[in-house]
Amino acid sequence: MSESGDTRVDRREFVSRLLSSIADALVVTGLGSATYDVFAAGDRDQNYYLWGAMGGSTSVALGLALAQPDRPVIVITGDGELLMGIGSLATIAAKHPPNLTIVVLDNGHFGETGMQRSHTSLGTDLVAVARGFGIADAYAVDRIEQCGEIAGRAAARQGTTFVRVTIAANEPPRALPPRDGAYIKNRFRAALGFPPL
Amino acid sequence: MDQTPSTAPTWQQDIFTVLKDGNVRQIAYVPDAGHSHLIRCAIADPDIQDIVLTTEEEGVGVVSGAWLGGQRAVLLMQSSGVGNCVNMFSLLSSASFPFFTLVTMRGEYAEFNPWQGPMGRATQGVLELMGITVLRVADASQVGEVVRAGLYAAFEAGDRVAVLLGQNLIGRKQWEHK
Repeated sequence: MSESGDTRVDRREFVSRLLSSIADALVVTGLGSATYDVFAAGDRDQNYYLWGAMGGSTSVALGLALAQPDRPVIVITGDGELLMGIGSLATIAAKHPPNLTIVVLDNGHFGETGMQRSHTSLGTDLVAVARGFGIADAYAVDRIEQCGEIAGRAAARQGTTFVRVTIAANEPPRALPPRDGAYIKNRFRAALGFPPL
Repeated sequence: MDQTPSTAPTWQQDIFTVLKDGNVRQIAYVPDAGHSHLIRCAIADPDIQDIVLTTEEEGVGVVSGAWLGGQRAVLLMQSSGVGNCVNMFSLLSSASFPFFTLVTMRGEYAEFNPWQGPMGRATQGVLELMGITVLRVADASQVGEVVRAGLYAAFEAGDRVAVLLGQNLIGRKQWEHK
């Protein structure tokens, strides 16, 4: 898994293709590279970018998915961010929101801090973890062509889905979304028709 | 669902009444005896999503996500859980999320377990250090009013508010078998 990978999926291309296939998704990003990937795919009011709160992306998405059952909610995060909040997969499985899709871009490394190996390079299998927590629809993909299938499942809102995407451990150029959390929050809510206070 | 609502202390029912009146739609929690009636009520109510957490910091994310999606949500925890949340609280101030949590206190009144002391003594300070307004209530007859005031400040003024429910409300935990 940690051998150099020219053949593995390019994270930017994968995220861009996935999000372009599901235009009405509400998206929550995990801090670091996943946040940059989603912004690089095209800024949208329906993106909630996390710049901190490590381990929180899946929990934010759970509250959002329960509040917006008619919209597909997609988390895009990395292996390191997910691992810090790994128990949230049990919490999600207990509620099993049918409109929630968790996409983990797994490069086996902490990309933001100098590419140290993460647990997924050292023995942890996130698909097995997700299944063990009770998310039965958990699987791995390693080809960009599988984007369409993931988008189709997300749009169908038929059950919580967990997807681990094996990506190359590279660092694309930084693409930085707004860092003002209140601004991102208010425009996200406005896109759903909710006023500020 | 069971007989417990009739035997639960009035102040616990008062809290549920306030949350229902305030249109709270999600209740995320790590259980505590002092929250047990509220949790049963949440599970039984078809208009409220009850969310059991593996750790309290998940609840900070859940209630923020609920607000993003247009719903009011509340986090229930015990004082020890406040310590688990510290960095996740930065989400609340970084994005000015409304936030309302009810914290049952341990380690402050007729406590048997010394392991509850350190976090119990630090609970209010930790919350305040992270920018959360603290209201305390130890008089059962005042619980409903204080919770209502806190909920109002959170969701009308957009404040971040914790109500600490004094350990004397919950009573002594029975450790010895009769």
